[in-house]
Amino acid sequence: MSVMFPSSEWTVEFQKALNTNPVYAEAARNWEGDFYFIVTNIPGQPDPTTMYADLYHGKCRAAELVDDDSVYNPAFRMTAPIGVWRKVIEKKMDPIQGLLTRQLKLHGDMVTIMKNVKAAKELVNSLSTIDTQFPS
Amino acid sequence: MWYFQAPTVVYGEDALSHLSTLEGTRALIVTDANMAKLGVVDRIRQPLEDGGFAVEVFAEVEPDPDTETVSRAAEKARDFGADWIIGLGGGSPLDAAKMVRVLAERPDLTPQDVNPIVPMGLTNAVRLCTIPTTSGTGAEAGWACIITDRAEKRKLVLGSRDAFPDVAIVDPALAAGMPPWLTADTGMDALVHAIEIYTGSWHNDYVDGPALMSIRLVFDYLPRAYRDGSDMEAREKMANAATLAGFGLANANIGLAHALAHSLGGVFHPPHGRTTCVFLPYTMQFCIKDAPERYADIARFLGLPGETDAERAQALIEAVQQLQVEVGQPQDVRSLKIPEDQFHAEMDHLVASAEADATMFTSPRVPDSAEVARLFEYAYQGRAIDF
Repeated sequence: MSVMFPSSEWTVEFQKALNTNPVYAEAARNWEGDFYFIVTNIPGQPDPTTMYADLYHGKCRAAELVDDDSVYNPAFRMTAPIGVWRKVIEKKMDPIQGLLTRQLKLHGDMVTIMKNVKAAKELVNSLSTIDTQFPS
Repeated sequence: MWYFQAPTVVYGEDALSHLSTLEGTRALIVTDANMAKLGVVDRIRQPLEDGGFAVEVFAEVEPDPDTETVSRAAEKARDFGADWIIGLGGGSPLDAAKMVRVLAERPDLTPQDVNPIVPMGLTNAVRLCTIPTTSGTGAEAGWACIITDRAEKRKLVLGSRDAFPDVAIVDPALAAGMPPWLTADTGMDALVHAIEIYTGSWHNDYVDGPALMSIRLVFDYLPRAYRDGSDMEAREKMANAATLAGFGLANANIGLAHALAHSLGGVFHPPHGRTTCVFLPYTMQFCIKDAPERYADIARFLGLPGETDAERAQALIEAVQQLQVEVGQPQDVRSLKIPEDQFHAEMDHLVASAEADATMFTSPRVPDSAEVARLFEYAYQGRAIDF
């Protein structure tokens, strides 16, 4: 059954997708760093809408929708309009090209990202395995 | 959405004379000790001084430059008040110069901070001219800098699209002094770039043409330049082949042979071009099992035989292997004089570094960890890939 993006239900599916992706688990085995995924320009929803993911050593330890983004102080924040997220989730945009063209904006320690390109790519690839609906 | 970016390329005989037309006041030449010793720096300094520049030289770039070297060069650029950085040499000095161009204006950054994801906030206060003296790296045409982190024994792919070279001067006379082995090492590097760009998942219409032309030029002219370094037609065509492939480096991505070579280079430091060339036939054998089409395209362009895509792709691999032999290149990692016990002792690190390399993920077939280890092992032993 498809789930709406972004939503609490979607974060549950995201956590499942990461924790059942052996390629991600292997690529991110040394990864330590949590994320905010920030979605802007969503029709009929608060702008921005923020999802949190606690990523540690190849596993997603927690994922949730957050109402107040001061709740956490994650190591990384990835921000994009919903149209860009949709392209990534539907595999119409290579996430690394999205970062290089700055359509996906990433804030955090870039040294860590540049040393873990495969993990970053697999993380975003996991999004595309979720059966997702988008607000019209 | 994607970009095609390239510097102004000044090429051909007497291209160096363009230096006297640059507008600025203080130029720092970033190069290596050999360029100073061989008098090449003086050939660059003269037209700059003719154009009214005060010139300083940083001739301390080592092969596989590290973060400490580029930081020192950037400090010199700032102390001198350089408004032009002139990168002169092979890939190492050119990559160092690109990093210096950023750090000269942004002393608050470390080399590791210079990445293509975050805007660097640069102005045109410092500009960059790249002058290759070898024909292979293509570093003159792009933004990426390969900088070594010695503490981690890793080569890092750094750099920013905001710090593209303003001008690349491709004067074939500078490459005429290369000995045959260096002509072959660097020329094969250009071939690996072009083949990986054309077959990689980021290939696009804007880089396909330059990549194909680069491949043809290498096959046609590298043996001539290798046999007779004074053959200036061959030198010019090889210089152009390298820069054409460089357009692809800047606007697409290389692939698996480079991921393996960067990883091996971070530990054992064999010559870069020779190392990528060693890996190429093995990575092609690995990739054509899933995706022979683009390799077959290249074979068609070169007029190689074959009825099917798989046959044409195989013909391309054989042509690469023949070229390796013709220009005296080694065909297995063992021949790079890396002791087998040390190679195996470093295997876990080699695999991890290759998998984390920014060139790995655009390969037409991306290996898992076990396959990366087998690729290293087969390439060391000289075994054809059968998985």
